Amino acid sequence: MAEEGVKLFGTWASPFSRRIEVALKLKGVEYEYIEENLTNKSPALLNYNPVHKQIPVLVHNGKPVAESFVIMEYIDETWKHNPILPADPYERAMARFWAKYIDEKFWPAAKKVLVTKGEEQKGVIDEIQQQMKNLEGELKEKKFFGGESFGFLDIAANIIIWLVVAQEALGMEILNEEKLPILHGWLQRLLNDAVFKECVPPKERHLDFFKVKFGSSIASK
Amino acid sequence: MGEENKVTLYGMWASPFVRRVKIALKIKGIPYEYVEEDLRNKSQFLLQYNPVHKKVPVLVHNGNPIAESLIILEYINETWKHGRKILPEDPFERAKVRFWADFLQQQFLDSLCSATKSREEAHEKAMKDVFKKLTVFEEGTEGFFPNGSPHFEGENLGFLDIVLCSLFGSHKVGEEALTMKIIDPERHPLVHSWVTAMNELPVVKETLPPRDKMVAFIQSLRGNSLD
Repeated sequence: MAEEGVKLFGTWASPFSRRIEVALKLKGVEYEYIEENLTNKSPALLNYNPVHKQIPVLVHNGKPVAESFVIMEYIDETWKHNPILPADPYERAMARFWAKYIDEKFWPAAKKVLVTKGEEQKGVIDEIQQQMKNLEGELKEKKFFGGESFGFLDIAANIIIWLVVAQEALGMEILNEEKLPILHGWLQRLLNDAVFKECVPPKERHLDFFKVKFGSSIASK
Repeated sequence: MGEENKVTLYGMWASPFVRRVKIALKIKGIPYEYVEEDLRNKSQFLLQYNPVHKKVPVLVHNGNPIAESLIILEYINETWKHGRKILPEDPFERAKVRFWADFLQQQFLDSLCSATKSREEAHEKAMKDVFKKLTVFEEGTEGFFPNGSPHFEGENLGFLDIVLCSLFGSHKVGEEALTMKIIDPERHPLVHSWVTAMNELPVVKETLPPRDKMVAFIQSLRGNSLD
């Protein structure tokens, strides 16, 4: 009667569901992936996440977990090998703090930059660049936020990849090697990682996505 | 600086977020130094320890600062392993508790602030939003109490209890200040019985801000924004 196994409800272009793919792949967990159409949500999704009706949702042995950071912590606590969070409580607190910062500050600013123009957009770009400088302060000379290998905060920071694709699609200049050398270096390492690179949207399709959705709202330079 | 095991909490007397940390420290029996901040004139320490947000609470342990109340609670749970656990051991139970704590954190603050600072239609609209979400919370957390009403032996408050208590525990003070019902036992019986049960506990009573001062504070927040 009880459902066995792991299911992930997500969408191909969502950084939030892609985070969960990274976590599951890192742990070598077999799962069934269900691509949702957010304009026509499945009864299963609505059943598993009645509160927010959002992806990602992880279902493990029939029990649903929602909210990407809650899911990532669940995965780390359930499959204990290849840990995502560091062992030390203070380092865990720092990873959680900056992950929260990314979702609460960086993500809204990144969305805003796509729908603003002129002076207002310039202000948002300044804000995002300052946020990324703050993140550089956390990364310092490490290979990844997690140290020698990527961890919770690197996965949370996947949104930066979305920003970089958007800037290419729409002809904006926000993150580049000159302005943000530390983050730029980190990004190259992340995108070259065998596990991580499988969990980003296919580049051409992603570029088109941004062009179609936001192309007309960006002022010409 | 950096005395071994020294714990300092930077806070503000009326902050529900600071109150969460006080409750957690008390439950775990962790001695700490409390530093009251004047948020209109923040100390150098606060600005140094939380340069990103410049907010309270900040917990400093062994010279290391931690900000954001829910992150501080997780840190306390993971650092002081003796005594009562603030989070459940089972990963799925933990996930449920974190989900609903996040719901409380994300869904109410804007509407409660808006309700405090507005009148008539805007106020009505904000409170309607609060009540709607309280209903979602009620329905979603019913399963936490299979034996009926919440009750707490000793001081066994957990993560979600602490967050709910800090947000709605002193609802009567808010109700007096704003002359309206916030937690109505008819509309939200579970939340009402939940906060009422928690309000009996010494650890909750001891962390309550002084009532008259709190009423005046809420009224001044309202008064300042309606001129």
